[in-house]
Amino acid sequence: MIELEGLTKRYGEKVAVNHLTFTVRPGVVTGFLGPNGAGKSTTMRMLLGLDRPTAGDVRIDGRHYDQIRHPLKYIGALLDAKAMHGGRSAFNHLLCLAQSNGIPRSRVSEVLDTVGLTAVSRKKAKGFSLGMGQRLGIAGALLGDPQILMFDEPVNGLDPEGIHWIRNLMKGLASQGRTVFVSSHLMSEMALTADHLVVIGQGRLLADTSMADFIRQNSRSYVRLRSPQQERLLDVLHAAGITVVEAGNGTLEVDGSRAELLGELAAEHHLVLHELSPQQASLEEAFMQLTAESVEYHAHSETTPPDTSGWTAQQPPPPADQPVPEAARPLAESRPDRSGGWGEQWSRQRKPGS
Amino acid sequence: MSSGRVLKSEWTKIRSVASTVWTLGLAVVVTVGLGLLISILAKNDFDNLDARDRSVFDPTAISFAGMGLGQLAMIVFGVLVVSNEYSTGMIRTSLAAVPQRGAFLFSKITVATALALVVAMVTSFISFFVGQAAMGEHRAALGDPGVLRAVLGGGLYMTLIAVFSMGVAAMLRSPMLSLGILMPFFFLVSSILGNVSATKKIGQFLPDQAGQKIMQVVGPLDDDTPYGPWGGLAIMVAWVAVAVLGGYVLLKRRDA
Repeated sequence: MIELEGLTKRYGEKVAVNHLTFTVRPGVVTGFLGPNGAGKSTTMRMLLGLDRPTAGDVRIDGRHYDQIRHPLKYIGALLDAKAMHGGRSAFNHLLCLAQSNGIPRSRVSEVLDTVGLTAVSRKKAKGFSLGMGQRLGIAGALLGDPQILMFDEPVNGLDPEGIHWIRNLMKGLASQGRTVFVSSHLMSEMALTADHLVVIGQGRLLADTSMADFIRQNSRSYVRLRSPQQERLLDVLHAAGITVVEAGNGTLEVDGSRAELLGELAAEHHLVLHELSPQQASLEEAFMQLTAESVEYHAHSETTPPDTSGWTAQQPPPPADQPVPEAARPLAESRPDRSGGWGEQWSRQRKPGS
Repeated sequence: MSSGRVLKSEWTKIRSVASTVWTLGLAVVVTVGLGLLISILAKNDFDNLDARDRSVFDPTAISFAGMGLGQLAMIVFGVLVVSNEYSTGMIRTSLAAVPQRGAFLFSKITVATALALVVAMVTSFISFFVGQAAMGEHRAALGDPGVLRAVLGGGLYMTLIAVFSMGVAAMLRSPMLSLGILMPFFFLVSSILGNVSATKKIGQFLPDQAGQKIMQVVGPLDDDTPYGPWGGLAIMVAWVAVAVLGGYVLLKRRDA
């Protein structure tokens, strides 16, 4: 059991972790969710006694981390895959950890086998891929066969097979009655592994709930409608006592999953519909809504096209991680076969700017 | 408490990285090689010396002439042993395994110091014997007064230089910053401060200037150094203690 009480970490003016209070219970996988920079890693570092809390307290079964003798036998942690000396072999990396906590040498080979690194155990860690480094870090966490396990973003860098493996590993560890505390910034990942959910944003606790409750509360279903006769459609829906939300861009949203009813209603009044589609708000959206206020690094949409009505609206958004230089974009993305021709696109593109 | 286990763990760490072998190997090769070269030059030059210079000819100290450069390899060894933890991120894994930070740092320094002591003593004795062999009829013998002290002192000096570097690296954490300060300091700045008459009063109390006194068998004429060979070593030990203590205090207080 891990207990946090008013845990706070301040770096100068900036509050990284703000008065966090929650408990991580044994026997379940507790997901620790938050956007990048929410304070997940800082919290985990304070738990391990690496960073000193500015205020508050964190205890593991009632004790501070540095009061635990041979902590690796008690709590195993994967902090980040690069927290190792690249010049040391995988075997020696684990051996020096094992020796410091009086763990027998034979256990090193065992955990290397568990994570599937036996074949490269004598290779230097700097030659490892991110996924292999992650596996070595997990081997280090499992080394002391601890009752409490903590993983910071364990699926980072793993291939699909590796992700599947780590999910099953965590579930297996929890089913043995161990405490499993795992952080992630991916809601979809947590939905598959976690039984309990702790959500933070900008260091503050946003939710502390069971996964089942979170799904029940947040997976909203609704019907999306688009019509060229929007005003009349609104009147008709209103007259029928149906609550409508205008979602912008000419789309309307109606809570519930009554697409047939809405379609029939429109037909009765001879209304043209361009869209009538049942939608399910994903947990990812629910999570984003929950943390929207507290996202530290908003991506500024520099790529917003200046003219949304023209051809640019049909362009797929460029991948956010490889921004296309402003000047190069029109040429790089032009598709002359779609409309009119190269010259027409050029003139359309220029109009709003000039 | 469990420091025996931590010592064992630190030994595994130190023997399993390549930098240990090349830094210590370089210390031996450079110190012995350069000492030999300068011993040969000194022997050939002996006949050109006047009586005054011959009276202060110190074959023991000459055979240690390679240490000025060899100590730089010891500095690199000392710095890397500690700062590797920080530059690789290993420190978080290490402190999660051994949250008692004092036990962690002192075990690391103990193991590295023991290894440095063995290598430094071997280096000092080889340098002495090789240097004396090259010196021919001007050689000193281990049994001559003060010579054994100087040879043991040479080993202690190189060891202490490494420990001092460990302390500084524990304070600064960055290998580049530590080396960037220590290497020019011990290679240039300190010897300039210790030999220019204006700064000599202060310069002679710097760790290396004070520590090197123990390697002299025949002191220079009109020697007005206010401490003897062991007094000089004690001054150096004090510097080392301050550096290590500073490293410990900062490690204890800082976030990892």
